[in-house]
Amino acid sequence: MISMLLGLLLAPLLTGVINRVKAFFAGRRGRPLFQLYWDLARLVRKHMVLSRTTTPVFLLGPALSLASLVTGLALVPLGGPALLFFPGDLLVLLGLLALVRFATVLAAMDTGSSFEGMGGSREVAIGALAEPGMFLALAVLVVQTRAVSLSEMWAHRSLDLWNSAGLVLALVGVALFLLLLSESCRIPVDDPNTHLELTMIHEVMVLDHSGPALAAVEYASSLKMWIGAALISSLLFPFHTGSAGLDLLAGVAVVFLVALAVGLVESTSARLSMLRVPQFVGLSSALSLLALFLVIR
Amino acid sequence: MTGTVDFLLVSMILANLWVLGSSRLPSCIRALAFQGVALGLLPFALYPGHITWDLVMLALISITLKAVVFPHLLKRALLEARVDPQVEPFVGHGVSLVVGVASLALSVALFRRHPLPIVPPSDLLMPVAVSTLLVGLFVLIARRKALTQALGYLVFENGIQAFGLGVLKHAPLMVELGILLDIFFAVFVMGITIFHIRRAFATLDTLEMAELRG
Repeated sequence: MISMLLGLLLAPLLTGVINRVKAFFAGRRGRPLFQLYWDLARLVRKHMVLSRTTTPVFLLGPALSLASLVTGLALVPLGGPALLFFPGDLLVLLGLLALVRFATVLAAMDTGSSFEGMGGSREVAIGALAEPGMFLALAVLVVQTRAVSLSEMWAHRSLDLWNSAGLVLALVGVALFLLLLSESCRIPVDDPNTHLELTMIHEVMVLDHSGPALAAVEYASSLKMWIGAALISSLLFPFHTGSAGLDLLAGVAVVFLVALAVGLVESTSARLSMLRVPQFVGLSSALSLLALFLVIR
Repeated sequence: MTGTVDFLLVSMILANLWVLGSSRLPSCIRALAFQGVALGLLPFALYPGHITWDLVMLALISITLKAVVFPHLLKRALLEARVDPQVEPFVGHGVSLVVGVASLALSVALFRRHPLPIVPPSDLLMPVAVSTLLVGLFVLIARRKALTQALGYLVFENGIQAFGLGVLKHAPLMVELGILLDIFFAVFVMGITIFHIRRAFATLDTLEMAELRG
């Protein structure tokens, strides 16, 4: 419960951390850490401008994404079992993430803008490559830990597991990190700060959203990132301290370390050309598949 | 030692994927050097109880050749022939990666179906060896440049060496040295040939060479 509230509260801070890391590497002071919170507060107070082409589907997009991601957050363990857990909840989580993609693309298509359709097509093309990676990465963990729920996997992680199957876990970790980069539209795949419609993926799909709808979209994408980072943190970070509070603290610390790593990647690498992106995303599937071979051989 | 063995074998597979996925020749060459190091260290991890002086010497020679000399020769060929460092594949990088993973799946399935009469020191060793072999062959046929063919040949050879490690605990020292000498000359000759091809035809594109048959 607390971990979910923390997620809802701290998710926008991840973006702040990433931006600060990038600013540090660029030799700037950077935006305030809490900038996204102020942005969200500003956007919520604004009016919405709706194009006459749009239908209710347009508003359903942000609403559905936000709803699915909040539900998804309830399934992710962090420093303790998740609020909701049942056998197969990992499939539900992946389904919810797919639903987010579907809703966002549908809302983008609803505006009738050709640019947004193009963004939607790219998003779906990349998503089609990212999803096998996610399934395979979680399949590896299922086979390795013999657990079929994220919270059970969280309970299974330990130093012994790292000793006996460290290589597998490392491969899965790298795969999950690559997927996190592509799913939360970070730099080697997509540039969150780009201003050129031709190269945008996620940003171009939300160009027509304004006011509270845009706030929902922004908040939803930070939640998505939190879910990705929390998965890495709770499935791979091996230490159980015994006390629930310390566990939660360690889990959240690892989440922010992941954000730090994302910032490092963003500051040190350039964005890939659009043709190379499928390869980058496909690499996560290849790594997970490799890990799967190691586990089931 | 299974952890170390697995680590080295996975490094070899990753090097294969790196060769298949990379679009720049220097990066492919680096992948090859990396694979050479992993392969050179493999005997120590596979047979920790049998480390002898010849084995150490052989590993040293093998690593020096595969991780220092060959990459250096290939890089020099690349520089002197002023080759455009783009890989120019017939089969795209994405599909190549799929082929790389599929070759591993195929080899795993192969050795599951038809286990060897001998018991290899690691059950992953043979699949990785055969998959490396297949990747080498694939690079040979699926890339346009003459230089990438030298690269494919070397990956192929790495596969053979890994396979040999599983079958024989020790090949006689002279045999191993002989093989290494052969590869050394092969790469040497390839480097010179590439330079001459480039000088004679102003390109390394093997497609254009096919048209010279007359």
